[in-house]
Amino acid sequence: MDGSRAPERVVATPAALKAIEELVAERGPVMFFQSGGCCDGSLPLCFDQGEFVIGSRDVLLGTVAGCEFYIDHRQYEVWKHTQIILGVGDGEPEGFSLAAGRDQHFIITSRVFSDGELQALGIDN
Amino acid sequence: MTDTLTKPTEESGREGGSATGVFIAPGRPGSLVSLKPRYENFIGGKWVAPVKGEYMKDISPVTGKAFCEVARSTKEDVELALDAAHRARQAWAETSLTDRAAVLNKIADVIEANLEMLAVAESWENGKPVRETLAADIPLAVDHFRYFAGATRSLEGRSTEIDKDTVAYHFHEPLGVVGQIIPFNFPLLMAAWKIAPALAAGNCTVVKPASPTPWSILKLAELLEDVVPAGVLNVITGPGAEIGKALATSPRIAKIGFTGETTTGRLIMQYAAENLIPSTVELGGKSPNIFFADVMNEDDEFLDKAIEGLVLYAFNKGEVCTCPSRALVAESIYDKFMERCLDRIKKITQGNPLDPSTMIGPQVSTQQLEKITSYVDIGLQEGAECLIGGQRVHLDGEFADGYYFAPTVLKGHNKMRVFQEEIFGPVLAVTTFKDEAEALEIANDTLYGLGAGVWTRDGNLAYRMGRAIQAGRVWTNCYHLYPAGAAFGGYKISGVGRENHQMMLEHYSQTKNLLVSYSTKPLGFF
Repeated sequence: MDGSRAPERVVATPAALKAIEELVAERGPVMFFQSGGCCDGSLPLCFDQGEFVIGSRDVLLGTVAGCEFYIDHRQYEVWKHTQIILGVGDGEPEGFSLAAGRDQHFIITSRVFSDGELQALGIDN
Repeated sequence: MTDTLTKPTEESGREGGSATGVFIAPGRPGSLVSLKPRYENFIGGKWVAPVKGEYMKDISPVTGKAFCEVARSTKEDVELALDAAHRARQAWAETSLTDRAAVLNKIADVIEANLEMLAVAESWENGKPVRETLAADIPLAVDHFRYFAGATRSLEGRSTEIDKDTVAYHFHEPLGVVGQIIPFNFPLLMAAWKIAPALAAGNCTVVKPASPTPWSILKLAELLEDVVPAGVLNVITGPGAEIGKALATSPRIAKIGFTGETTTGRLIMQYAAENLIPSTVELGGKSPNIFFADVMNEDDEFLDKAIEGLVLYAFNKGEVCTCPSRALVAESIYDKFMERCLDRIKKITQGNPLDPSTMIGPQVSTQQLEKITSYVDIGLQEGAECLIGGQRVHLDGEFADGYYFAPTVLKGHNKMRVFQEEIFGPVLAVTTFKDEAEALEIANDTLYGLGAGVWTRDGNLAYRMGRAIQAGRVWTNCYHLYPAGAAFGGYKISGVGRENHQMMLEHYSQTKNLLVSYSTKPLGFF
């Protein structure tokens, strides 16, 4: 990839984009917050826009289908060398997240940025 | 008492009626565990159908198949549970400590009398090996109720003589009705950790089990129908986004307790802030397990214990908030020590958790399995070396669709995400350190601070490390012991509050101060 243009920090699969569009059509705007810690930690949590209060230090990673995707600033520091890819899996969400459609939940996979991408993002490797 | 107390004719509950064989799955002929097709909410001591009449499937990770249905509750059901709890509140608060403790002891007795039944139920729903539920989860739950029965009776109020004629009396008073949200990794034991102190302190509770594991707590509730006064303990099942939120935002609770991940932890605290009520949150960790070079000074029982100490990352298939998922091994012993550990890991037997010889069962759900797989993938992308495992395991026959993952070890460095985030699976991230200072630096280079382990034959070193590690619990020459009476809780972003100790009673009590003057003299101001 061309190192001069910064890559997106968060992207979504076609299935996730479709699920978000359907969610928004059904209930209005939604938001995402990347979780950490035990149990459902490391899962992306989807809420109605405004349900989760964003703190002054939370990091906006980007938008997916027009919806904001945030992460805790401390967690960002240890995740910043990776791109988050939002997807959809089978089964209802286990925690407080909204479902990604009937009997579906949001998941993430990750990709390590190349040196060129990190440079474009202004991240020291 | 319900029919679940009556053991089936096949006394042993095991295949072939043997005394040591594989336990028969719930609901099948000869099983210790009776199974209904459908379970309702436990509200006010009765089984109450969800208002909207909806149910959801409960899947056993052992087979990947649904085995019963539980209520898909809505906020209307939360209100019913709160109604019942509030009806019971005053009488329970006024129940003498003697009688309250007697109820807790009775709960313990009933669990103990049904130890095997509950162990099998817990194993089937969560996937944890029955050898663990028989020896750890259920006996610890029993002891927890007994501990708090004693703890509440021994907790004294305090009085202070402010001056000769003025006394400040401090009484513990119940908060009232509390909400408690239970995680999926130790459904019955974590329920005991929350319910026992709440009830001991004179509160009534509305409990929401985790969505993947609602049923074993309902099996416990069946046993407690005639043991706990109606409305003191209520259990409602359903999605977190619906009933977890309705419970946590209710102005009718006086406190919310939660165990889970960081974002929902923040959300719970946000909801508690709306009503200006306290919350206790336990949010996990990335616990370092540190092996100093002197563990290999002798080839003895202690070394054997230390090797098992490293392999304990696979306990409960790694689904433990304090999973020792980062092993830090002294560089000088790394090769020899890891060879011994990997030999031990190779001997882990995986399969049907109802087989008492099984050491590791399936992960609790497909979502957890997906997460573990994605973490191994990111670890390999980051340059970690896979020393063993690394993939999903497909078993035969009935277990072909179960959620099994091979015990895995990744070697790398502490900046990798597999060293920084709780994977909640049987995945160990291992790295080396040169000296004490570097061991400490790596141990504390984490966002979390729930647990840690230190292994050494040098008592002074163990003490220095134990005090310097920023974590709420530092196991020294042991790991994964959870006795009642040892405070448990996190530093840093691992949570707020402590569990598992008499101090928990303070978290579930108000402090009432009576400031009394025994003087007849006016102040003289007016």
